Amino acid sequence: MSGVHATARIRACADGRGGTALPVLDGDGPLAVRRTRAAGDEARVMLVGAMSGPLGGDRFRVEAEVGGGARLHVGSAAATIALPGQLKDEAHYAVRLTVADGGELRWLPEPLISARGSELYVTTHADLAPGARLVLREEQVLGRAGEEPGRLTSRLVLRVGGKTVLDQELACGPGAPGGWDGPAVLGGHRAVGQLVVVRPEFAERPVAARIVGEHAALVPLAGPAALVTAVAPDGLRLRRVLDEALADLG
Amino acid sequence: MGRGALLVLADGRFPAGGHAHSGGAEEAVRAGRITGAADLEAFCRGRLHTAGLVAAALAAAAAAGADPAELDAAADARTPSPALRLAARKLGRQLMRAARATWPSPELDAVARAFPKGAHQPVVLGLTARAAGLGPSDAAYCAVYESVSGPATAVVRLLSLDPFEATAVLARLAPELDLVVDRAVAAGTAVPPALPAASAPLLELGAEIHAAWPVRLFAS
Amino acid sequence: MHLDHSHHGPAAVGADARRADGTRRALRIGLGGPVGSGKTATVAALCRALRDELSLAVVTNDIYTREDAEFLLREAVLPPERITAVETGACPHTAIRDDISANLEAVEDLEDAVGPLDLVLVESGGDNLTATFSKGLVDAQIFVIDVAGGDDIPRKGGPGVTTADLLIVNKTDLAPYVGSDLARMAADAKAQRAELPVVFQSLRGADGVRDVAAWVRARLGAWTA
Repeated sequence: MSGVHATARIRACADGRGGTALPVLDGDGPLAVRRTRAAGDEARVMLVGAMSGPLGGDRFRVEAEVGGGARLHVGSAAATIALPGQLKDEAHYAVRLTVADGGELRWLPEPLISARGSELYVTTHADLAPGARLVLREEQVLGRAGEEPGRLTSRLVLRVGGKTVLDQELACGPGAPGGWDGPAVLGGHRAVGQLVVVRPEFAERPVAARIVGEHAALVPLAGPAALVTAVAPDGLRLRRVLDEALADLG
Repeated sequence: MGRGALLVLADGRFPAGGHAHSGGAEEAVRAGRITGAADLEAFCRGRLHTAGLVAAALAAAAAAGADPAELDAAADARTPSPALRLAARKLGRQLMRAARATWPSPELDAVARAFPKGAHQPVVLGLTARAAGLGPSDAAYCAVYESVSGPATAVVRLLSLDPFEATAVLARLAPELDLVVDRAVAAGTAVPPALPAASAPLLELGAEIHAAWPVRLFAS
Repeated sequence: MHLDHSHHGPAAVGADARRADGTRRALRIGLGGPVGSGKTATVAALCRALRDELSLAVVTNDIYTREDAEFLLREAVLPPERITAVETGACPHTAIRDDISANLEAVEDLEDAVGPLDLVLVESGGDNLTATFSKGLVDAQIFVIDVAGGDDIPRKGGPGVTTADLLIVNKTDLAPYVGSDLARMAADAKAQRAELPVVFQSLRGADGVRDVAAWVRARLGAWTA
């Protein structure tokens, strides 16, 4: 017996009239995708969780590909909640993003909530051409209100022009390597998030490192990218800090 | 060569600049996250399984002969904080100086020439182990031990913590050091290296906060 | 050490007299002494006295390094790019004696950034037992005490007082007010140091640093000879 396997695919390309077309927009099972109203030349897509999940043993995969000159915005209708399943096996959620030269992807899903007893491994790989642009937000909330978290491991890999610019993994919850909730890692905070912004112009003019909140910093990465890392007591305050930092970047 | 050379390299008095770095402990003390031995232990444990694991895998890979430039780029990608990238390169340069004086080798000279501002310290540590006739596991042990001994020594100075208590913290962590070394060596000596990327948000944030202080005792 | 190499190799490993490009490096003089004895004021006065004739830079190591660096910046004795502060993890004596790697990097970075330099002054706070510089870091060292610290310091000896290449007894203008006997200090210093020189100075008067500046010039003459 195995869990649910589901894949969603989105492909965006320039429609030749200054807008963005979506020649591929597929989702199955628990991963439905909907086109929503476009904003200017940007196509908008919503990930809609048709079932709750992922549960133990599930394998979810989302692929988004943005061609040259296309602009795609992807959000989600609600938070994703990792829940314990019938199966002892961990769940996997893989996100694969590719953006071509001159393309832009804004990947702004709602948070991932790690519910008690769940075990989820999330991987996000963003592969950008040297002239591509990206805004990517990742938020993890450890446990629903007042609940202890499940086991969550989240790896984020950003490559620009074939060079790995960011490779980070955060492991937390019961069974994670020791010290995850201690003063070096999360220090009791229950929400942690990252905002990655890639712009070709950062290669020449990197952002200046600065503190952007009580527990948030904006830093230049070793490539044409900036990263905001934040921890907060809850998802609401985390979102506020990340939103302010993004607005601050202009 | 064997344990003799390992003791020389692992000695806290090996003159490679580590004494002036707190591994994030100075900021954590100021912020109130470390107030005594129990917090120090939790801090060191978290650092061991994140920055310590990554450093140990890089060191093991370098000791096993992986390409230093590729490892250095991998270290950059795993170190989002520019303050920490700078500290790692400074320490790498300082270690390179000590290594070339103690275990002269053409391989060290070549890397010193290729990275005049310093390569990431764990990469240089692995190369130093090679030059000293040591292996990947030795390099990984040096890296994981440094990842916890640095903060422990710093907290002794910053909080006037009883040094016996601080050393007992390190002794309690010793079995976990062994486990992390095993993971790091397996990852670092795979072909190609399957480098871990374990991260610690508060270490990254704290490093940026610390770097912005006008006055500090430790360099990082 | 590779005292005679002239090839373009990687950076030096220790107190090599030549830089990687084969040129002679700057003379390095360490200044140590207890907090408040007037090290930084002496460094500032030396910079003013020598900056028109020499290319100078300063490295400071102190408990709160930046304070000394900022004092020098405030006094505008040198442009900011010629002053570097080294963090020492609350142990300046370690950084100037046991593990000199950060100071060597600082000195070499200054030479690369604003060189060529004739002279680098390396300053560190510390008492008689701890403020001794490694020969791998400096070519000569000055120990600074002041009359207000007690006129028995020279008699007590210790590494700083006994072995420094130059002993400065500072703030001589205060001697009458703190009851220090300068003649006794001079005799005790002579007994501890034999032929090594001692300078009594007050930086209150015009050109108070004259004797120390002359000593530095003589050292530099020997270095470049």
